[in-house]
Amino acid sequence: MTDSKYFTTTKKGEIFELKAELNSDKKEKKKEAVKKVIASMTTGKDVSALFPDVVNCMQTDNLELKKLVYLYLMNYAKSQPDMAIMAVNTFVKDCEDPNPLIRALAVRTMGCIRVDKITEYLCEPLRKCLKDEDPYVRKTAAVCVAKLHDINAQLVEDQGFLDTLKDLISDSNPMVVANAVAALSEIAESHPSSNLLDLNPQSINKLLTALNECTEWGQIFILDCLANYTPKDDREAQSICERVTPRLSHANSAVVLSAVKVLMKFMEMLSKDLDYYGTLLKKLAPPLVTLLSAEPELQYVALRNINLIVQKRPEILKHEMKVFFVKYNDPIYVKLEKLDIMIRLASQANIAQVLAELKEYATEVDVDFVRKAVRAIGRCAIKVEQSAERCVSTLLDLIQTKVNYVVQEAIVVIKDIFRKYPNKYESVIATLCENLDSLDEPEARAAMIWIVGEYAERIDNADELLESFLEGFHDESTQVQLQLLTAIVKLFLKKPTETQELVQQVLSLATQDSDNPDLRDRGYIYWRLLSTDPVAAKEVVLAEKPLISEETDLIEPTLLDELICYIGTLASVYHKPPSAFVEGGRGVVHKSLPPRTASSESAESPETAPTGAPPGEQPDVIPAQGDLLGDLLNLDLGPPVSGPPLATSSVQMGAVDLLGGGLDSLIGGTNFVAPPTAAVPANLGAPIGSGLSDLFDLTSGVGTLSGSYVAPKAVWLPAMKAKGLEISGTFTRQVGSISMDLQLTNKALQVMTDFAIQFNRNSFGLAPAAPLQVHAPLSPNQTVEISLPLSTVGSVMKMEPLNNLQVAVKNNIDVFYFSTLYPLHILFVEDGKMDRQMFLATWKDIPNENEAQFQIRDCPLNAEAASSKLQSSNIFTVAKRNVEGQDMLYQSLKLTNGIWVLAELRIQPGNPSCTLSLKCRAPEVSQHVYQAYETILKN
Amino acid sequence: MIGGLFIYNHKGEVLISRVYRDDIGRNAVDAFRVNVIHARQQVRSPVTNIARTSFFHVKRSNIWLAAVTKQNVNAAMVFEFLYKMCDVMAAYFGKISEENIKNNFVLIYELLDEILDFGYPQNSETGALKTFITQQGIKSQHQTKEEQSQITSQVTGQIGWRREGIKYRRNELFLDVLESVNLLMSPQGQVLSAHVSGRVVMKSYLSGMPECKFGMNDKIVIEKQGKGTADETSKSGKQSIAIDDCTFHQCVRLSKFDSERSISFIPPDGEFELMRYRTTKDIILPFRVIPLVREVGRTKLEVKVVIKSNFKPSLLAQKIEVRIPTPLNTSGVQVICMKGKAKYKASENAIVWKIKRMAGMKESQINAEIELLPTNDKKKWARPPISMNFEVPFAPSGLKVRYLKVFEPKLNYSDHDVIKWVRYIGRSGIYETRC
Repeated sequence: MTDSKYFTTTKKGEIFELKAELNSDKKEKKKEAVKKVIASMTTGKDVSALFPDVVNCMQTDNLELKKLVYLYLMNYAKSQPDMAIMAVNTFVKDCEDPNPLIRALAVRTMGCIRVDKITEYLCEPLRKCLKDEDPYVRKTAAVCVAKLHDINAQLVEDQGFLDTLKDLISDSNPMVVANAVAALSEIAESHPSSNLLDLNPQSINKLLTALNECTEWGQIFILDCLANYTPKDDREAQSICERVTPRLSHANSAVVLSAVKVLMKFMEMLSKDLDYYGTLLKKLAPPLVTLLSAEPELQYVALRNINLIVQKRPEILKHEMKVFFVKYNDPIYVKLEKLDIMIRLASQANIAQVLAELKEYATEVDVDFVRKAVRAIGRCAIKVEQSAERCVSTLLDLIQTKVNYVVQEAIVVIKDIFRKYPNKYESVIATLCENLDSLDEPEARAAMIWIVGEYAERIDNADELLESFLEGFHDESTQVQLQLLTAIVKLFLKKPTETQELVQQVLSLATQDSDNPDLRDRGYIYWRLLSTDPVAAKEVVLAEKPLISEETDLIEPTLLDELICYIGTLASVYHKPPSAFVEGGRGVVHKSLPPRTASSESAESPETAPTGAPPGEQPDVIPAQGDLLGDLLNLDLGPPVSGPPLATSSVQMGAVDLLGGGLDSLIGGTNFVAPPTAAVPANLGAPIGSGLSDLFDLTSGVGTLSGSYVAPKAVWLPAMKAKGLEISGTFTRQVGSISMDLQLTNKALQVMTDFAIQFNRNSFGLAPAAPLQVHAPLSPNQTVEISLPLSTVGSVMKMEPLNNLQVAVKNNIDVFYFSTLYPLHILFVEDGKMDRQMFLATWKDIPNENEAQFQIRDCPLNAEAASSKLQSSNIFTVAKRNVEGQDMLYQSLKLTNGIWVLAELRIQPGNPSCTLSLKCRAPEVSQHVYQAYETILKN
Repeated sequence: MIGGLFIYNHKGEVLISRVYRDDIGRNAVDAFRVNVIHARQQVRSPVTNIARTSFFHVKRSNIWLAAVTKQNVNAAMVFEFLYKMCDVMAAYFGKISEENIKNNFVLIYELLDEILDFGYPQNSETGALKTFITQQGIKSQHQTKEEQSQITSQVTGQIGWRREGIKYRRNELFLDVLESVNLLMSPQGQVLSAHVSGRVVMKSYLSGMPECKFGMNDKIVIEKQGKGTADETSKSGKQSIAIDDCTFHQCVRLSKFDSERSISFIPPDGEFELMRYRTTKDIILPFRVIPLVREVGRTKLEVKVVIKSNFKPSLLAQKIEVRIPTPLNTSGVQVICMKGKAKYKASENAIVWKIKRMAGMKESQINAEIELLPTNDKKKWARPPISMNFEVPFAPSGLKVRYLKVFEPKLNYSDHDVIKWVRYIGRSGIYETRC
């Protein structure tokens, strides 16, 4: 018997014929007719006109016919709701049938008929079926509750079906449990706040028991549900993990991945010091590798997930590089994913092998794959410094192949290599220039132009090369136009004499002939800069560039943590949160990794704690790339080449245009001409009277009581270098304001007046917040103490050393220059306490290369004392922990320019030295933070 | 969960369409056809998102199976389900082809109704399904009450893959250890990577509900047992193998394997894959390929390849094929081989050397002179690796079946009455030597 004949094309009047056949008396003919109807329905024809005739066939004892009619009903009931009622009686009757298969069929089908009127009739049969003696009926009824909820949620709640469903979790039959879990999980998704699933240690235990007994699909439902549970402490997490790990050997990849999800999530709660933690890590690798021998579609899903796992816990697969080598017969989507993971796993240890493979791939057929392989070589160079040279030579080999897209891709990555290792591989520029003509893709052209502009001084014919691009300026893409504009301006700044014409040409092309506002704006900015202040133009255009990061396409940590909670699902395949592709509120409850709550230890260990926020809370925002760039800009983007070199000694630097006219204008602007004869009560240096001295102690010494540590005054400007003016001073910070406490002594023979002060630009933008107020002329041998408030809003330039401050002081005699080093702790702001989650996230987020370690010797303090001492200088203890007798303090501080510094201070009782590890996105500050630590702790 | 399931022929015509969820409309059927089946480009991903609807597809010959959803479903599960669906259909009507699908569309709808409820996969073991979904219509009317409840308890039960009351006159079982050995070797004979992926396939014809226990020379088990008698450790230690990872059919009690590393199960009736495993250590490489390529001037290559068989002389390898790639500008090839037949296949750019049988510890050689057309192509010939195919009657991983014990307490047959057959087949996976 073949059914394919029902698919034969139909002729006119077919519906009519079918109608006649459906109403035939002969059972066989009826069945044939229904089959024809279903076949038409499948191919997309509208056979809804036959509704009454088909429904008439429903009352039959032939199960096959019945199933066909049901199938028809499910499809068309919605379009014919009134007629669908006709079927209700049969359903209700079938729900009472002695045959459990028929009861289940009826309840299953009824749930699929999405007509409000029918749902009302469904309630009673469903209630019975939920308590049916046969597990097959119960498991079908459990799913039916989810169906009904989808149609009419209120009805389900009113009828108490949810409670019945909850009871089914304790059913004796594992499949009933699994379906009840699946149904409840789905219903719970649309009620994020409700505690429908009510997971507690008892119910979890039931689920874990059912896990061992139910079908592969049931195991997936249960594991996915378990993943939503947050154990109360690390012990519970471990015991669940122990019971889930056997699933890693299941033949069904989905069971394995769901188990991996539970383990990855609960691992967050385990301390890294636990033996079990290590065991678990080891257990995870083999099943993940085995997933790669599954069918290609599953391999793809597995690889997308492994990509996440490798980013979250690189240690799991770090030794498994080889299994990600691409096989010749892999489908392209598998190849591309493997390549991605290979780059993530590349390290100094395996780089030789990886490079050899990548070179092979670059000769393959698929263009996308080849491009990605070439790009990967570039990424290896940036990631593993030791390999950079080999990568560059490999890329050069590839350029020699002259395969167009290979060459272009290679040039794009070489540009990045130049950025990462400036002044190292410029010898290859000549080779690159040879291929200039073959570049036809905007990205490659832009990269090449960037290289020419950046190294214009080393390329003899740079002007010719750039000029050649200029010819077709308006046909280029914006990317290329912008790059060309900048490159020519760079060239002009480097070789102004020969290229004036060229620069004028490009500026006029960009500003006058272009419709693109971005291009025009950039053109105007350059034009004005060049015409008004070429020095400034140099500072802007030839500024030092921020470093490029090693891992270019890492997933942002909060998203990564969320995606870890979605291992195995579509979200993990798309690498997007469900809200990005799921409509409405369904299934878009934000998930996050559980926080670590230890049962045994009282304090947390920040390193092992999770990076996510506890459920329900908004996760803290980790400084994103943009902020990081901001930090760097604050610190780095000073002009390294403009102006004469800045001396750092305290000798006079008369020639330096440090203050320019600024000082005069400053003095001019502030009229504080004091009568020269006025009495000077402010002879503060000398012990006049105890009362007065106390009074002044109060004003100038408050800092020592409640603010941060203040160093004793030191002589900054000796009298002999400043025509008799001696300046000594120190820096203080109290209640959020920084000041410079100065002591001016007149050791000359004449009266000094008209004091003024100004700072050169410095790393943190320190500047006087008020004029230097010396109210009276300073007589010979007289000393005055002044507290000068400082702000941090001055202009910024990176100094060497970082905390160097160049100061100019003027009086009626001359202008004097000196420089001093300020302790960094005056820059530690009061709100420098980071919360724990944030601390962990940031600590993890900052690359290890940025970590610096220091020894602080002869500091016999205990943790308490150190912590409180540091706290008064705005170094805050975030967490404390005791590991093997050592006290670990986790501390954070924030600088005035927003840079965070994270610290780990290890104090060993009985040992006078302690170890300080600092992590910061701007590692330059570490050394100075260490000095600040040392000063604070020792005083 | 899965919102709908469609089966298309190669032209994109719908053969089966079953919608489970309201959010999937008829337009989804067309969206997949237009964007995937009729797409000009080669398929770049098995998961496609079109207008917030996700399509998962697998292809069997020229039939497309697509699962559709609008939710964040478990993607691994959807693919596993699609594979399972193919298995079930194949078990019912053989090859998955347009013809067979059209001929069995009523059956397929019936199956889909049973194994996917509201998009949730349900029991999909063919053994169980065949008890109540048959090709000859339903026998429900004639079933007794006991039969019915037996069916339902099997479908929902702990041992959903086996029905009760199976009886054989002769209790028999077959075990096949099927391995594929993969190798990448450098021209100097250094192993760059090698691994064996193996499967243990069992065919059981056993009565009742037999409890089976499978034992092999797993290093961990042997060492555990060997602790008692040091003598035995040294004896069996050599023969044991280290298994990197293994996965099991759902009948195997995983928690027992996790705790005791013992493999115990009640098998499905008939053929099934008991386990899969992977090993990387101490692999017996059945063949060694020694290539020698010499460039004589710019228009000639001399190739000499020696293959050595590396196993017991009493065993015979079969279906040996060595594939020696030749440059694209080859104009002519002369081959001399000691054994078998060798041919230059211009369309495949390779010399294919076939040997029907070869005993262990032997060697054979092929010499070829390849004449090249002079080209001005600067690009060097990439020298693809020499690949090899073969079949040997042993397990290259060294895996040995130590026992398979059968206990059926209720019926009166014992382990000794069961006739057991064990067979080892080692095949080449990707077996390549660079030259």
